[in-house]
Amino acid sequence: MQIEAALARAGLWFVLLLLSLAVAVTAKDAGFAAHAVIIGIVSFAMIWITAGRFDPVGGGRTFFKMPDSPSQYDDEIVRWGAIATMFWGVVGLLAGVFIASQMAFPWLNVEPYLNFGRLRPLHTSAVIFAFGGNALLATSFYVVQRTCRTQLALPSLARFVFWGYQLFIVLAATGYLLGVTQSKEYAEPEWYVDLWLTIVWVAYLAVFVATLLKRNEPHIYVANWFYLAFIVTIAMLHVVNNLAVPISFLGSRSYSAFSGVQDALTQWWYGHNAVGFFLTAGFLAMMYYFVPKQAERPIYSYRLSIIHFWSLIFLYIWAGPHHLHYTALPDWAQTLGMVFSVMLWMPSWGGMINGLMTLNGAWDKVRTDPIIRMMVMALAFYGMSTFEGPMLSIKSVNSLSHYTDWTIGHVHSGALGWNGMITFACLYYLFPRLWGRERMYSLRMINWHFWLATLGIVFYAASMWVAGITQGLMWREYGPDGYLVNSFADTVAALHPMFIMRMTGGLLYLSGALVMTFNVWMTLAGKLRDEAPMTSPSYDPAKDKPIVGSRPAAHPDSVPAE
Amino acid sequence: MTFYEELRHFADSFGLAAMLLFYFLLCLWPFRPGAKRRINKAAHSIFEDQTDGK
Repeated sequence: MQIEAALARAGLWFVLLLLSLAVAVTAKDAGFAAHAVIIGIVSFAMIWITAGRFDPVGGGRTFFKMPDSPSQYDDEIVRWGAIATMFWGVVGLLAGVFIASQMAFPWLNVEPYLNFGRLRPLHTSAVIFAFGGNALLATSFYVVQRTCRTQLALPSLARFVFWGYQLFIVLAATGYLLGVTQSKEYAEPEWYVDLWLTIVWVAYLAVFVATLLKRNEPHIYVANWFYLAFIVTIAMLHVVNNLAVPISFLGSRSYSAFSGVQDALTQWWYGHNAVGFFLTAGFLAMMYYFVPKQAERPIYSYRLSIIHFWSLIFLYIWAGPHHLHYTALPDWAQTLGMVFSVMLWMPSWGGMINGLMTLNGAWDKVRTDPIIRMMVMALAFYGMSTFEGPMLSIKSVNSLSHYTDWTIGHVHSGALGWNGMITFACLYYLFPRLWGRERMYSLRMINWHFWLATLGIVFYAASMWVAGITQGLMWREYGPDGYLVNSFADTVAALHPMFIMRMTGGLLYLSGALVMTFNVWMTLAGKLRDEAPMTSPSYDPAKDKPIVGSRPAAHPDSVPAE
Repeated sequence: MTFYEELRHFADSFGLAAMLLFYFLLCLWPFRPGAKRRINKAAHSIFEDQTDGK
């Protein structure tokens, strides 16, 4: 970087630093001031980086291997993204285990910053938007380059997308702890953080579409359809659901543009499609690229993948009202949500079958390749949770399950089983390739991770099924006198063992992720663990010799064949 | 009829039918004559670049 350019850039950051200090002093509330201070700290760090090194990623350049010619894919952002996914994954899982422990042992609620109400959105946002979002950013930039056979377009904007997204995560997470929330589930960040995410997201769309436009492969591979649907739909959902009027220009509070049941329906149109397009379409994109690559076989049916795509697009967007059964929402809208949710079952299973059948003729890889094993488990959980979801959306089932822990169990069989497992599998695929290693440090540790995670999900889902049905039945139990039999506190006491089992499941899942962290760390350090391979054909040197003499001596123990 | 009513009657009649038709067209498109070769090529396209651009 030229010295004039560096000075000008440092000057700009300095102006931003002064601005954020001014905002911090004049802010209407403490949360907004705290966020202004964070922006100030980032600006200060940027001055230091710009002035000190003339090159924002000088040290990282060698480690993250920026491409120096157009004949190489631009994987720098993918490397950053893969590491960020690991980091936020561990943070999010840790927060999850902590709030699960708070449910079992209420004295763990540390008021006010670390109580359940503030940590819960921190957990959900950390695992969905930080862990899942970084996985989607990294893999989408990896896949779109490979399937289009071209380098990433708009490289500086791509870097802005990554770092801007990390800033969004930090602002959202600190906001929750400080009590800055607009109280919409999975859309808790306040108006100014929403505006920032909108800018970052539009930049993401620009980078992705520009890369598609300069592709050298005539056909756009189906994984990119899913990524594009994810990016476009999330932009639409985010903008509409977060329409709000700030109370003051320098304060964190705002009022929603909608009121009453309209607000609720907009929120769940957003909420369910965040599941549908963030956690399903985006991760299916990963599935449609990485499962065939790891299995070294093309997808079972490319036509089925196209039908899968259009069915998801046309059906998912209507399913949101099933979150509002038996509320003020008009009955016909509830029924519509239910019917579309049940119809969604078919394309979901079409996708699951498509993924699983890709292994047709190569099922032995489930035994020999722990990454394939993880992918198969992810697809199995995709199938299970997309069956459970439509079932829970049926009104009569929902009257028992709604507001109970069954919902939490359902979400986690999808999130831990499908999203978590497929992400881990893709990361195991990516890390050795991105850093030019022969393989992961240890394949046996991947196997350990697989079993820890699977056992953790079993503990989690099973305990939440029991807890949810117990809760639902206790809530609706009437005595002969016509009064409810149980108070709410009675149900909480009855669930205590289940809460402890859930916490155990979370701990197992977290420990699997920690094993992975160690494995990734050693891989990046360039080490290979000296270990026995997962399988090898059996060999007995004692038997590997010719028979001496004309005929073999009859063995005293030998039993003649029948 | 109010504008809202006109819109919703359009949505649950012609709008719905058009969307359904559009959906079926999109799903049937990969089954058009001559698509098989292209589909196979697309499914195998991810295996062509094994050198990672190096």
